[in-house]
Amino acid sequence: MSDENGVIYRISGPVVTATGIRSRMYEVVRVGHEGLMGEVIELHGDKSVIQVYEDTSGIRPGEPVVRTGQTLSVQLGPGLLTQIYDGIQRPLPVLEKTMGTFIERGVDADGLDLEKIWDFEATVSVGDELESGNVIGTVQETETIVHKVMLPPGTSGKVASIESGSFNVTQTVCTLDDGTEIQMMQKWPVRSPRPFKQKYAPDTPLVTGMRILDFLFPLAKGGAAGIPGPFGSGKTVTQQSLAKYSDAQIVVYIGCGERGNEMTEVLDEFPHLIDPNTGKPLMNRTVMIANTSNMPVAAREASVYTGITIAEYFRDMGYDVALMADSTSRWAEAMREISSRLEEMPGEEGYPAYLSSRLAEFYERAGRVETLEGEDGSVTVIGAVSPPGGDISEPVSQGTLRIVKVFWGLDAGLARQRHFPAINWLSSYSLYPQSLDQWFRDNIATDFPEIRTEISSLLQVEAELQEIVQLVGSDALPVDQQLTLEVARMIREFFLQQNGFHDVDAYSGLEQQYKMAKAILTFQDSAKKALAAGGQLEDVVNVPARTNLMRDRFEPGYLDRVDGLVDEMNKQIAAAAEEN
Amino acid sequence: MSGKEYRTITDVKGPLVFLEKTEPVAYGEIVQLRLTDGSMKNGQVLDTSDDMVVVQVFEGTAGVDLGTGVKFMGDVFKLPVSKDLIGRILDGAGRPRDGGPAIVAEGEADIIGAAINPYSRQSPHDFIQTGISAIDCCTTLVRGQKLPIFSASGLPHNDIALQIARQAKLKDSDEEFIVVFCAMGITAEEYNFFRSDLERTGALENAVLFVNLADDPAVERLITPRLALTAAEYLAFEHDYHVLVVYTDVTNYCDALRQIGAAREEVPGRRGYPGYMYTDLAMLYERAGLVKGKKGSITQFPILTMPGDDITHPIPDLSGYITEGQIVISRELHGSGIYPPINVLPSLSRLMGGCIGEKTTREDHKSVSDQMYAAYAQGRELRGLVAIVGEDALNERDKQLLDFSGLFEDKFLRQSRDEDRSIDETLDLCWDLMQNISTKYLVRLDQKWIDKYHPTEKK
Repeated sequence: MSDENGVIYRISGPVVTATGIRSRMYEVVRVGHEGLMGEVIELHGDKSVIQVYEDTSGIRPGEPVVRTGQTLSVQLGPGLLTQIYDGIQRPLPVLEKTMGTFIERGVDADGLDLEKIWDFEATVSVGDELESGNVIGTVQETETIVHKVMLPPGTSGKVASIESGSFNVTQTVCTLDDGTEIQMMQKWPVRSPRPFKQKYAPDTPLVTGMRILDFLFPLAKGGAAGIPGPFGSGKTVTQQSLAKYSDAQIVVYIGCGERGNEMTEVLDEFPHLIDPNTGKPLMNRTVMIANTSNMPVAAREASVYTGITIAEYFRDMGYDVALMADSTSRWAEAMREISSRLEEMPGEEGYPAYLSSRLAEFYERAGRVETLEGEDGSVTVIGAVSPPGGDISEPVSQGTLRIVKVFWGLDAGLARQRHFPAINWLSSYSLYPQSLDQWFRDNIATDFPEIRTEISSLLQVEAELQEIVQLVGSDALPVDQQLTLEVARMIREFFLQQNGFHDVDAYSGLEQQYKMAKAILTFQDSAKKALAAGGQLEDVVNVPARTNLMRDRFEPGYLDRVDGLVDEMNKQIAAAAEEN
Repeated sequence: MSGKEYRTITDVKGPLVFLEKTEPVAYGEIVQLRLTDGSMKNGQVLDTSDDMVVVQVFEGTAGVDLGTGVKFMGDVFKLPVSKDLIGRILDGAGRPRDGGPAIVAEGEADIIGAAINPYSRQSPHDFIQTGISAIDCCTTLVRGQKLPIFSASGLPHNDIALQIARQAKLKDSDEEFIVVFCAMGITAEEYNFFRSDLERTGALENAVLFVNLADDPAVERLITPRLALTAAEYLAFEHDYHVLVVYTDVTNYCDALRQIGAAREEVPGRRGYPGYMYTDLAMLYERAGLVKGKKGSITQFPILTMPGDDITHPIPDLSGYITEGQIVISRELHGSGIYPPINVLPSLSRLMGGCIGEKTTREDHKSVSDQMYAAYAQGRELRGLVAIVGEDALNERDKQLLDFSGLFEDKFLRQSRDEDRSIDETLDLCWDLMQNISTKYLVRLDQKWIDKYHPTEKK
């Protein structure tokens, strides 16, 4: 028996042990007569332990195992955008065509359409000296995105020939003087980060259009955020809003071990959604990976790596990429399941001891970098976490919080009050304001950070007052504190609450957010003045113009009307004081 | 391969049998055991290698000895499927239990069930009217959804499940559901209750029952729901039926899963349940939905009892992460004599947003449901405050909300076991009750709906 071909020795669920091959760690092998795809995850003397990406029912010991010599890789090139993949980059529409409604096994599918012809436009000339990662030409991949064809990492040299024209992704578009032929498609192993020149500190916010996120807990382009929350608290809705409205140029959405129907909803919805930033269909900038909860567990484990590798590839073109992983807990559970089949010594709660280092490695692939080409590109990672029972003291939440700088804590209590997004403003945090404040001052308003501080301290004061109210009722508080409660309620109901399904309310630009926050503080000021002048709290609070100011945010063009509405409110409040 | 009988058992442990020196045996293969007294048992391969095969025995290992003969059947577990399943009662392993003839198969289906390609699914959006106000208004059920009932021992979840099975229909349509009922470890008494109710209403003729009772082997329970769902898939996707799968009790299923895990000496996860329980449950729950190009659908109503009424227990917790919402039954409401005692506050239907509104239910549904929910939530919260400071300390708004929460439970939630309210009746009832709150506090209602529907303020 040669080293290339072995046989199955043992099968236990998704884990198969083979003998007779001398494989390398993380090498892809083909298992059984049907050639199921698997990956070597442990070596034991002459035995290779393989995690198999497909269902193993019916496979017997003695069936062949064949090496491929390659590690788990993805195909990168034009054709990624608008596509929807399973965890190992098989396009789901292609799978539907070849096997119908249900996902059978043993079917291979290329990640890219190898036949499709693209218009390649060369941007370098014969004789140019190129280094790895340099852009050699462009392809208009979708209406809004120009795909830059780059020299694969590890190749460099002088251009011997290059040609613009129509090619498919496997045809040679360029040759180097050492004879290397360059195609539009390159492969990259998913478990290795793609190279770049250097990492920068993030200094630009990722604008999401969600007021509580952008205003109170901003995330930087190239940063990492964790969204833990119990079921029903709105993780998926928040992730989807981010995928729809964040101002990244490319979005990679990973549905990892989640619900089939929800994934379908995303698939149905996205092609019809318009990007508020470009006015073109959102799908044009989106790559989706869907490995639902009942699809094979090993492919779920791979799906986050497939996603982040695609994200890095677009980063290398100089784009700002946002990656949403929903949910990283399912990924961790897949690791746990495999680890337990390997009979590894468990760490906390049965998770493998390497859980936190794997989480850290994954989130470290986020960042703002100088690409090999010298451009500025970023990958922002937003990972949902599904802690059992909503208790974030569990290992996945804790492992995530140690790494990410932004924590958007979802709260079941708020969700029950139908306060959406149900992000708890007291427990959430962002460590980015320091590095982003200059940007906010320069681009939105010079007092932006100060307004933010005022709003969040009002919320803090409210929390303290609420404890007293719980005991004695709000009428027992002095008037100025009652006003504070009213202002805080306005912050919650007018500013923090946002309807992700409403055409207008779902997205607020930064300028509008700033004006809304400012309007709340203006209300506080005028109300204070009115109370000092002898007005009654009841009258001041209930001026119709304030209700209008709050309700009108659901109508288009709100940004242009805010100032007028605020003026009207001030007038009415002043009038309310004079009546007394 | 079949034909050869091995007598090489080395170990028997709980429901597991270990044997050695076999020819290559397939993972998941079906196994027949011939005991020394001549009786037969069935099992399935859980782990296979050149040296050792582990078999899980569905009927339990009582009576198995080292001389027991083991025969490998050369195939994975399959259910003979046919339209004739409708109207039949089968046991937990798929054999007739009603004294009727064997099922004449039109085909055989692998009971594990392949995953539906998410790209081939169709978004569920057809409103199912259950006739129960709390569900129709606040946690709307959608065809193709999986919506479990989170209950606990001593609560009337069975009555609710039966009422739903009886009354469920599409609005303005007489199209009926085929009910696939799957019992996992419930008592004979509970089973008789289900059965006699289905018989009484004539629904049995349109139902398939898979029954594994409390005194049937626990390991068999791992197969029962897979059989039921395989039958459901066949009826839905081959014969265009709309199938409603009711299975009870998921907690018993999970306990059987734990039993196997313990016997295999696996590393346990939370509360001793195996780490793969999420994946395992997902492989049941995810077999719901609609697919492109097929007329049928599968809607799932799993019932689970929360041990100690604890919603954070791994079983309800993992279920909640997979299913599209939940209906939570409350002991407190049950105690105050309200049927159905559905606590709408922690209940949720994730698919509701896409299926309510002008075209399907009524234009004001979303607004009304949000307002009812918010007002009830606030009213309930005030009860705690009133207990401390007394009702007199409340302001006008709070008083109205407090009173409303009582009305909500008494008039809106409460209905009789055979009361079938149409969605219009339910929404009109909501408006009727909301009269008790002055409109300036009804901030979640759009003005245009107040103008149109409010009993006293409409224009």
